[in-house]
Amino acid sequence: MLYDRLMEDYRFKEGLNACINCGTCTAICPAAEFYKYDPRIITDTVQSKDEAEIEKLLRSETIWYCGQCMSCITRCPRKNGPGLIIQALRNLSQELGYFIDSEKGRQQLVLNRALCGNILNYGYCVYPRTFHHSDHPESGPVGKWIEDNLEAVHKRVGSNLDGEGPGILRKIPQSDLDELKRIFDVTGATERMEKIETISRERAKDLGLSDEEYCRQVFTINSEEHYI
Amino acid sequence: MIVEGKKKIWSEYQKDIPDDHYFYVRSCIRQNFFPASEKVFLDIVRNRLGLDFFETPHHTTCGGIAYHSDSIPQETLMTIVARQFALMTEAGYENYVCSCITSFGIYNEIIDTWHHYPELEAKIRGLLWEASKREFKIPKSVVHASDVIYKLRNTILENGKYRLVNKTTGEPLRVVEHIGCHYSKMFPSKGVGGAEYPYVLTGMAEAWGGTVIDYPERRHCCGFGFRQYLVQANRGYSISNTHKKFESMAPFKPDMIITNCPGCPYFLDRWQYVIEELEGKTYGADSKGIPVFTYEEVAGLVLGYDPWDLGLQMHQTAVEPLLDKIGIIYNKEDKYKI
Repeated sequence: MLYDRLMEDYRFKEGLNACINCGTCTAICPAAEFYKYDPRIITDTVQSKDEAEIEKLLRSETIWYCGQCMSCITRCPRKNGPGLIIQALRNLSQELGYFIDSEKGRQQLVLNRALCGNILNYGYCVYPRTFHHSDHPESGPVGKWIEDNLEAVHKRVGSNLDGEGPGILRKIPQSDLDELKRIFDVTGATERMEKIETISRERAKDLGLSDEEYCRQVFTINSEEHYI
Repeated sequence: MIVEGKKKIWSEYQKDIPDDHYFYVRSCIRQNFFPASEKVFLDIVRNRLGLDFFETPHHTTCGGIAYHSDSIPQETLMTIVARQFALMTEAGYENYVCSCITSFGIYNEIIDTWHHYPELEAKIRGLLWEASKREFKIPKSVVHASDVIYKLRNTILENGKYRLVNKTTGEPLRVVEHIGCHYSKMFPSKGVGGAEYPYVLTGMAEAWGGTVIDYPERRHCCGFGFRQYLVQANRGYSISNTHKKFESMAPFKPDMIITNCPGCPYFLDRWQYVIEELEGKTYGADSKGIPVFTYEEVAGLVLGYDPWDLGLQMHQTAVEPLLDKIGIIYNKEDKYKI
């Protein structure tokens, strides 16, 4: 039962108490202003325990619209946390492979590669040598100047970029990265990454796209169906 | 607004911030985009004030950005954090201070979850032992680095060279403060002033001579949204939310923005550049942007650090209008000297 699977997630247990459908969460929600998104409806749907509706959610675009600012938690008069419910839904959607059915869900491939890759290879979620101006034009001419002069700029402001010992952007010792890898292995993160890779590879193959083409598509395409 | 009433309420929203002896952990985003902020923070507390802030080269990311992008399971996040706590325990510290608001929210969430579900804490202890043969104590105190600067705000003023005052008019500078969603929206009691009256940055701005603007979208998200920025296809969400904040604050004519979270200044700074490129619109005076700062940068300016030692050349929106208003002496030619 999908509801029971959700209840195994501590965030779901904490996030779903008794929704009174007041809609305060939707009123405060940044995502609801931008996307076709309504956290009140999502909370009410999971509360209904309707298996077919919950499965629809798990395969939907809508669960991927939240930005996890958690403003809903502050404002809910009944101590629900729609943002926490979203985390549980996204977790289960990936566990069951349903993420592949939505444009926004498919983005988990590029997020996993970028973020988990940085964590396992460097020990940081964000790392300057993998943050490319070409993918982040909003960083502007200053961002380009920083990228073109990475070592010199960081040295000027006191970073220890890729250096030994403590400090800003130091090289994290391999023994520590090995520990992170073992943590990924024993806590299910490695298995999750492999599952996303396998399912995404099959999807790319069905579409006749190379890995690079598929990733580029997932990273850049945004259809109009997401908006009111 | 009855100011006296608000001040009374604020006095009831204080948190315990230890005086000294901290285990310090860095922020992924701050190190990447505002690296000098961490340098100046440690310089102030260690070298200027003689306090004990220990850093081990073995600490890593907390995994928070991956967690809130739903890329790693909750157990993975908790075990990475448990490892950080183990490093603190091994180093002999009990007070934990982090440089990142996402991390701060995560530490509070994890400790609270373990409190309510002790079987989960036991499971994570087992997973950490399996992965790295480490054990840990839960910190006695978890604070954000801005809490420390807040506590030291009057000491910083006493040792300061400049104040947040317009040199020409003598008027207090008009400050927008942005505390970042995960500072106190999830666990209000963990932030100075709670979620209703967050005072951590306001306290600094007021102590240093500025006046804080109360505008309609003051508590709205900066627009990061994790996956909503990290994936290029989703960035309309990010810039739209930043745009909403700027449209709301602009009529109040802010001189500067002070931020708490390492990500927020990136978005408030960079998206101003993009809005100008897309629409030709600027939100500051004289067709310029509103300069955006980290709280460490502002503390550094008050103390008289050179702006380029503070890394202000790494901002896209020019900071000079603010430096000139205060009357800070700096060398323009040195800005991009490397």
